[in-house]
Amino acid sequence: MRQRIIALILNVSKRDVAPGTDESLFDSGYLDSFSLPEMVCELEREFAIRVPDADLNPRQFETVARIESYLASRG
Amino acid sequence: MTDAYIRAFGACLPERIVGNHELAERLGCTPEWIVEMSGIEERRYAAAGQTVACLAVAAGKQCLDRAGAAAAHLDMILVASGSSERRFPGPAVEVAAKLGAPGIPALDLPMASAGGLAAMALGADLLARYPSILVVAAEKMSAVVTQAGVEKGTAMLFGDGAGACLLGMQPGPLRILDSALHSDGTYSEDLHLEFAGGLVMNGRSIILQASRKLPAVIAELLDRNSLRPEDVSAFLLHQANQNLMDRMARALGVDARRFPSNIRRYGNTSSASLLIAASEWWDAERHSAGARACLAAFGAGVHWGAALCEVV
Repeated sequence: MRQRIIALILNVSKRDVAPGTDESLFDSGYLDSFSLPEMVCELEREFAIRVPDADLNPRQFETVARIESYLASRG
Repeated sequence: MTDAYIRAFGACLPERIVGNHELAERLGCTPEWIVEMSGIEERRYAAAGQTVACLAVAAGKQCLDRAGAAAAHLDMILVASGSSERRFPGPAVEVAAKLGAPGIPALDLPMASAGGLAAMALGADLLARYPSILVVAAEKMSAVVTQAGVEKGTAMLFGDGAGACLLGMQPGPLRILDSALHSDGTYSEDLHLEFAGGLVMNGRSIILQASRKLPAVIAELLDRNSLRPEDVSAFLLHQANQNLMDRMARALGVDARRFPSNIRRYGNTSSASLLIAASEWWDAERHSAGARACLAAFGAGVHWGAALCEVV
């Protein structure tokens, strides 16, 4: 799952170097306010889930580890 | 829904233009960064003595003049503003008095960016009892964002202005076919303005919510009316950020040229932006009977909604 998440982040951010597992994707410039919604859409597509509006908290998607944890919680 | 028509639009933009160079110097950023992050090149700031009510009166007057209507014949005035100077009374009563419409209900909607849309949608539903309603949305955001402590990414966005529309049951240039309003307080802390304190905005959260909720409410309205995005000539959105509007166009699969934008010139004028954009759109183009426009807004609360109109 982790590698799929990282591949998706690299695709959205148009970067080549993978972020650290606990690195803030916002502070390190992988994501900003406008690429975050795009990444959530890509996560939904890649993992065939629907992220409800109540779960749309940016902190939930701030690091690879948090995204992984969220996806795991969704089964 | 009762027959509801928009008889005219109006707008007021203060004279003073504040360009990115002036603002960047004060905020400690570059003009290019402001454009990249928002698409905004300049905005208007009201003069020191120019209040929310002053801007609202000017927009309301222009709207009534364009409709050839007299303030004395209004049955209600609704004023939306998130930046009014006082806790109470809100600007609506002053607007009514200065326009020359004393005695009719003049009510405030203390809402920010979605206020103009909400006032218009509510007004349309009230026409059966109040057959002529002036809706105004007015903001003096410069008084908010020039205070100390407002983050530069927030301060660079906002400008001042007012927009208005006159609603009536008698046929006018645009018929309001349907509307939808929603609210969700889950993320209310992510965009708020205290009476004593600065404007707080978690842009990531707000844009994330708006990116989801705006396309959803537009789809809700189109579905309910058996329409597709390509059946709509113009999508008039709250002018929050050019990047967000471009994203909306992509989400709906619509050419961005069908999203009229004035954000480059006025910045984000909060509740006023939708009616200012609608007023300019109406003036700038030749409209064919049957053409449809979808107005949509999202803002602090969070509140969001959309209205569907058809050219008569």
